[in-house]
Amino acid sequence: MKNEKKTGVFGKMNDTMLLLTITVVIFFAMYIGAIVFQGGAFKKPQMFFNILNANAALIITACGMSVVMISGGIDISVGGVVALVSMCCAVYLDYHDGSIFGSILIALGIGVAYGLVQGFLVAYLDIQPFIVSLAGMFFARGMTTIVNTAPFNVADEEFTALKLARIVIPGMGTTNKKGIYVPAYVEIGVIVALLVVAVLFVVLRWTKLGRSFYAVGGNKQSALMLGVNVKRTKFLSHMICSVLAGIGGYVYFLHVGSGSASHAMGMEMNAIASSIIGGTMLTGGVGNIIGTLFGVLSLSTIQNIVSSAGLDQAWWTGITIAAMLCIFLLIQSVVMAQKKKALKA
Amino acid sequence: MKKTITLLTLLLLLPAILAGCGSRTIEEENKEEATAGEIITVGFSQLGAESDWRNTNTASMQEALTPENGFNLVYKNGQQKQANQITAVRTFIQQGVDYIVLAPATETGWESVLTEARDAEIPVILVDRRVDVADKSLYSCWVGSDFELESKKMTAWLKAFTDRRNISPENLHIVNIQGTPGSTAQIGRTRGLANAAREYGWDLMTEVSGDFTENKGREVMAALLKGYDNINVVYCENDNMAIGAIDALESAGKRVGQNIMNGEVMVVSFDGVNEQSLQYCREGKISCIAECNPLHGPRVQALIESLENGETPEKFNYVDEGLFSCVSSVKNVVVDGTEYTIQEP
Repeated sequence: MKNEKKTGVFGKMNDTMLLLTITVVIFFAMYIGAIVFQGGAFKKPQMFFNILNANAALIITACGMSVVMISGGIDISVGGVVALVSMCCAVYLDYHDGSIFGSILIALGIGVAYGLVQGFLVAYLDIQPFIVSLAGMFFARGMTTIVNTAPFNVADEEFTALKLARIVIPGMGTTNKKGIYVPAYVEIGVIVALLVVAVLFVVLRWTKLGRSFYAVGGNKQSALMLGVNVKRTKFLSHMICSVLAGIGGYVYFLHVGSGSASHAMGMEMNAIASSIIGGTMLTGGVGNIIGTLFGVLSLSTIQNIVSSAGLDQAWWTGITIAAMLCIFLLIQSVVMAQKKKALKA
Repeated sequence: MKKTITLLTLLLLLPAILAGCGSRTIEEENKEEATAGEIITVGFSQLGAESDWRNTNTASMQEALTPENGFNLVYKNGQQKQANQITAVRTFIQQGVDYIVLAPATETGWESVLTEARDAEIPVILVDRRVDVADKSLYSCWVGSDFELESKKMTAWLKAFTDRRNISPENLHIVNIQGTPGSTAQIGRTRGLANAAREYGWDLMTEVSGDFTENKGREVMAALLKGYDNINVVYCENDNMAIGAIDALESAGKRVGQNIMNGEVMVVSFDGVNEQSLQYCREGKISCIAECNPLHGPRVQALIESLENGETPEKFNYVDEGLFSCVSSVKNVVVDGTEYTIQEP
């Protein structure tokens, strides 16, 4: 009886929910495992908040990446855009004595410009999104160096105040060995990231636009026949991704407080990995923003576990992430195959 | 919908709450550790493992800060990314280490994390590269090399050598194969040569970057040989590039040595860590190597011990470095009033 009920629940779940559940369960298993077996820093709540603080920008860009991937595309320019945004904002604030408001406009402007160009090329000229965003990535990295070659700190007072602003979470702090109370906190970027997640969650779930992303990614032909404007949807998915890369760039800039051509190297790959771990499929049509959030958390938790376990050589993190990706993809395909079988029967 | 959102918030906070439950035990652990002995826990965030120099530097730290010497060293490899290093330092703060040793990847963007360390009253010792912060009290002290002094020693040796051989300064046709542009080592070593060339009237023909790598050194040297036919001194800003340059010179049919008025080309370089370059120096292929000492471990150990005793050590600590050469005509050089004896490689 019990068994029957279980398959009933699984049967009811759609693909997206199923993959999301797997991701969330694995994340919690991993974190609880880390607390039990490694203890130390993992026992402190701030360790978790630090993961959020360090990855706020990645959460935002990965969310944008998920939207593009759900609608069947890909965008590997996001890391470059993040670097370009932080350099432009840094130069604007420091050399041109700009305002915070102006720098936010620059970040959004770069995002919109990228969205317009890449979205147009992909949607209306039907060029492969990989190629378009590859060019976009090279352009962004090149432009970053042209704007300013040397990395530098932003000294602007207003900006520094904003950068150091923290939201203290009461009751979560700990006292260290020397008897000093270290409060638990999150940075402003984390709030922005969680807002982005919330808004995108609502858009993908309860709006016509959100559903058309899934439709286009799932099957372009059927979407077209259902009356979905495929070109416009594709365009908008790239627009959302690039604007979020712009916002993510600003949050990244706020986190490090400097402009540098080497910022956010490989971030696009982490964003793709997080999306996949979060249950977004590269083939499109399947994915969930909450899953992406947990994807980012899982990715950085595993990095933390690896480095805390003393396996700190560069290749170990790479190998574990690769293994983790493989396991997730394997679980995804097994679960999907099982489900298809169950449906046929 | 409300239900979903409450559920998600709860899910997101769960790790923090879970961690909070365990936080009492960590304090007990800390107390136990503190009473167990005078073991000093040191968190070491190394920027990466990109060169022989860096690996020797890490090994030196691991050899000095051992349990036998009363230390517990937690080593984290930043893999060339500042973001990883910021996360590492934050983890150290949560782990409640007694000291943080930081070899920063970049000079900028360290204020916020160093402020956190100071708020938790954990002293920070910088190694190798410096950080660009307005408030110098954010770190206790710095250990590293004086790159411009290295270069001054090298040029003083070159001057002494040419004086002994009665070679007039305008007959010295120098090319400089530089390190990665913007790195502290490149800036110091380039400045030293440029100043000396101006002062002594040497013919410094050109400066090209070889990115501190053997391959780039070979490439750049081959290109320079096509552009200039009268090169007789090659000044390489590290050993790896010198090895590449020698390869290119020999492939082009040039002889490498000291007889520069009769068609031989003299190569001088920096670091003296790599075994092959020391061998070249013994054979006379590299005429002089200015040492760049990576053995910072004992220095850091001494600094921590003096901080433990409540002393205030010097803010900037330079490591002792010498010159290696097989050329017998120059026995010592004097730079800024200090005499340096030339050592056998």
